[in-house]
Amino acid sequence: MMNNKIINNKINNKSLNTEKPEPIIDSAGCDSVRYDSEHNDAGCDAGRRNFVNCALASSALMMVPGMLGAGEEEKPDPNELVLGDGYRPKDHKWGMGIDISKCIGCGRCADACKSENDVPREPFYFRTWVERYRILENGEAVVDSPNGAIDSFDEDKLDERIIRSFFVPKLCNQCEHPPCVQVCPVGASYRVEDGVVLVDRDYCVGCSYCLQACPYGARFLHPETRTAEKCTFCYHRIVKGLVPACVEVCPTQARIFGEMEKKSSPIIRFMRMNNIGVLKHSLNTEPKVFYANLDKEVR
Amino acid sequence: MLKLWKKFPGQLKRLILIFLLFVAALMTARHFLIPHDYGQYGNYRGGSVHEIANLEVKYAGQIVCVDCHDDIAEIKFAGYHKNVACEVCHGPGAAHVEDSDIELTSPRGRDLCILCHEYLPSRPTGFPQIVSESHNRVKPCISCHDPHDPVPPEAPKECSACHGTIARTKSHSYHADVECVYCHQASPEHKVNPRENLPSKPKTRDFCGKCHAEDADVEFGIPRVDMDAHEKRYVCWQCHYPHLPEAGQ
Amino acid sequence: MEPTTHHLYSLFHEISGYIYPNEIELHWKLLIVIYPYLTGLVAGAFILASLVKVFNVQQLKPTYRMSLLTALAFLIAAPLPLLAHLGHPEKSYEIFLTPNTTSAMAMFGFVYAWYLGAVLLLEIWLDYRRDLVLWARKEKGVKKWLHKALSLFSVDIYDKAVRFDKKFVKIITIIGIPSAFLLHGYVGFLFGSIKANPWWSSVLMPIVFLFSAIVSGIALMLIIYMIVTMMKERTVDRACLEKLASFMFYAMIVDFSLEILDFMHRIYESEESIKILAELVSGKLFVSLIVIQLLIGMIIPLMAIAGAKLFKIPFELKKIVYFVSALLVQFGIFSTRWNVVIGGQLFSKSFRGLTAYKMEFLGLEGLMVSLAIMILPLFILWFLFKVLPPWDDARNP
Repeated sequence: MMNNKIINNKINNKSLNTEKPEPIIDSAGCDSVRYDSEHNDAGCDAGRRNFVNCALASSALMMVPGMLGAGEEEKPDPNELVLGDGYRPKDHKWGMGIDISKCIGCGRCADACKSENDVPREPFYFRTWVERYRILENGEAVVDSPNGAIDSFDEDKLDERIIRSFFVPKLCNQCEHPPCVQVCPVGASYRVEDGVVLVDRDYCVGCSYCLQACPYGARFLHPETRTAEKCTFCYHRIVKGLVPACVEVCPTQARIFGEMEKKSSPIIRFMRMNNIGVLKHSLNTEPKVFYANLDKEVR
Repeated sequence: MLKLWKKFPGQLKRLILIFLLFVAALMTARHFLIPHDYGQYGNYRGGSVHEIANLEVKYAGQIVCVDCHDDIAEIKFAGYHKNVACEVCHGPGAAHVEDSDIELTSPRGRDLCILCHEYLPSRPTGFPQIVSESHNRVKPCISCHDPHDPVPPEAPKECSACHGTIARTKSHSYHADVECVYCHQASPEHKVNPRENLPSKPKTRDFCGKCHAEDADVEFGIPRVDMDAHEKRYVCWQCHYPHLPEAGQ
Repeated sequence: MEPTTHHLYSLFHEISGYIYPNEIELHWKLLIVIYPYLTGLVAGAFILASLVKVFNVQQLKPTYRMSLLTALAFLIAAPLPLLAHLGHPEKSYEIFLTPNTTSAMAMFGFVYAWYLGAVLLLEIWLDYRRDLVLWARKEKGVKKWLHKALSLFSVDIYDKAVRFDKKFVKIITIIGIPSAFLLHGYVGFLFGSIKANPWWSSVLMPIVFLFSAIVSGIALMLIIYMIVTMMKERTVDRACLEKLASFMFYAMIVDFSLEILDFMHRIYESEESIKILAELVSGKLFVSLIVIQLLIGMIIPLMAIAGAKLFKIPFELKKIVYFVSALLVQFGIFSTRWNVVIGGQLFSKSFRGLTAYKMEFLGLEGLMVSLAIMILPLFILWFLFKVLPPWDDARNP
């Protein structure tokens, strides 16, 4: 616990002390990138400055309300949730963008997720995983995700010719109307004001009703604690100004993370530049994980 | 009140007493068993958000690495791996940030590299891939490629080094013998900075017509069409996939 | 490798198609099959009892008290499978203390407490109160004090008080019918409201559950009534048995129609999930759904009872036909629960593949515990029959 605090402070100071980020998201820049991406590129060149700056910008933005609050000496409302160093959930709204055409199926996200969140290494428990879709000439879709793609994929030959193929990272969709929260009998699953759906390990009775209610298979029962588990958008990271582990390690920036309601946010740009789809739209869960270049076979 | 109570039949009085006892027991249980912070912010235990927010961070994030390792960062940010965060290869580094005695690993074999660079037809075209079975089988990748600046020791001569899927498709098509450069002209910079220097693509029907028009001056056996009569609204590749033309099917 | 996850590796070979990686293990197992089965019997037995009190079906009077006690015995056992399947049974009290108002499952505590406290116990107590007082007067020793305590030491058995009891019972029974509907309709709603699962998500689910509950409850009372009278070496009341069989038959007709309606509706609408559901029904669920639930548990008993009613056959033979039919119905309804609970988890929510369920033998969620929970209500019932004899000749004139 102690160690944790030290490192967290270190990381926070880092984000705060670095010099002011230059404004990076101007529309002209975006447009030029758009044309590039039409050529089915993995976006590796999209600008290294952007990566660093975006990370800084989002972390800096995130810390501002907290700092202002401290300066004005408002009367603290005991029922207003303030976490760590002044992170106020009500000032944020998180979303993730996934560009399917950029994903190379390396599975680094699934691997990092297990390390960051102490997810059991057995191949039955995943907070995030990557699926491979191979659509054959006869229209059939062959889908697989061996060990959640942590060891990437093997090229096994199929009988039919593939007409299109791609990888789809999956995770909890942090629904606006989460069915899992709706059905939890005791209030152990809940949605914080910033839109992230969390599970209270100590309060969960392990009834598995939320696992049944999740349309995305994003939850599992932890074999040791026997309580429900799921992706938290790496909540312990985002409250400190870091991005989720899967986003941090994605080598092709197929995963984008940011604020949904702030203009200078990578997710807003992502929504502007791409045609966006969500999973199982008809269920009206209103996911906050958005997919660019989503294929009809994905579900 | 007391008068009313006296009017009740005896059995009803007993039931009411039991009911009140039950309610009292429930209230007592609620008082003692519900965590004090339950319902503080919503229909959940308030403390749980703090517990989750305080979980240990394991991946420190690239910004932190750069702070000490600015020399390597400088190299890396100029190369192809600029978007590959340090911890992708070196593993979670938060513990190392706090205590530099805790060393991170540096992968030396081929296993980690091929997770991204092994040839898979499902990978986006243009992403550099190799077939590890035939690509310098015994040598570790780092003996030829610096992972912080992974420039190939010599720029690949073959387009297939990066465009494996297309190369494979084309290799068993009628166009197997047509060189890539016949249709696409790539500047030398394309090999260094591919996305900023995209190769050309044919633009007109006449380009295909050089071989497939009825009056084309090419060898016998190539399928011909009447360029004026045949689907004039379209350019050829709207219907025919040039890397796998369907002639004969 | 954790011992708890060891068995999951063998499931890899049973998967067909693609399932989400978290879906390999079924999370609701045999215990959750038993839970709706038991509550169904409770609701069914209670509805039968209310036929006597509310709808005044005099022929069924011999089964009235028996039905009430059966409902109680099974209701006491009903939460056990739920409790045993929880990851943390020791935290189960949270459902009562901090129920999430949007959760169907959180309502369980209230529905259960209401049904147990406000309906069943109350009705039984009021119906037995006069007898309890009179028994206590005649008896000695432990039994005297037991009956005294059970009557809550009330003594008033004058006409006025007994009239009050009777009126009160009638009111409770009237409240009891919607409550019994609630108890089991609610269990159906637990499944029917899960929009993520096309096999469950259906408005018909609560009502199908309800009618299958009535079928199973009446069938159970028919079995218990026949066994008990046989054991007590008494003659089976012919009118009563015929009425039981008739009501079971009517309920089965409704239940069967609803199930067929549900089936037709699914096929006709043919939504996204139809392919995988067709694969499920024609494959892993074929025996339990088509053969046991529909053929053995529904069509054969329906035809047998209809035949016994239509043709003039000796009463002795009729008894056997009814008894065997009621037994088959029990198998059928148990299969119904199985097909809903297990069937709903065998296919992936990606609609691309099927997983498998391997029943454990030992262990909390295994076969042995489940059998014990299934047999337990019969022991409770035996005990209740001892303490509160439901026979007509035990009543005080």
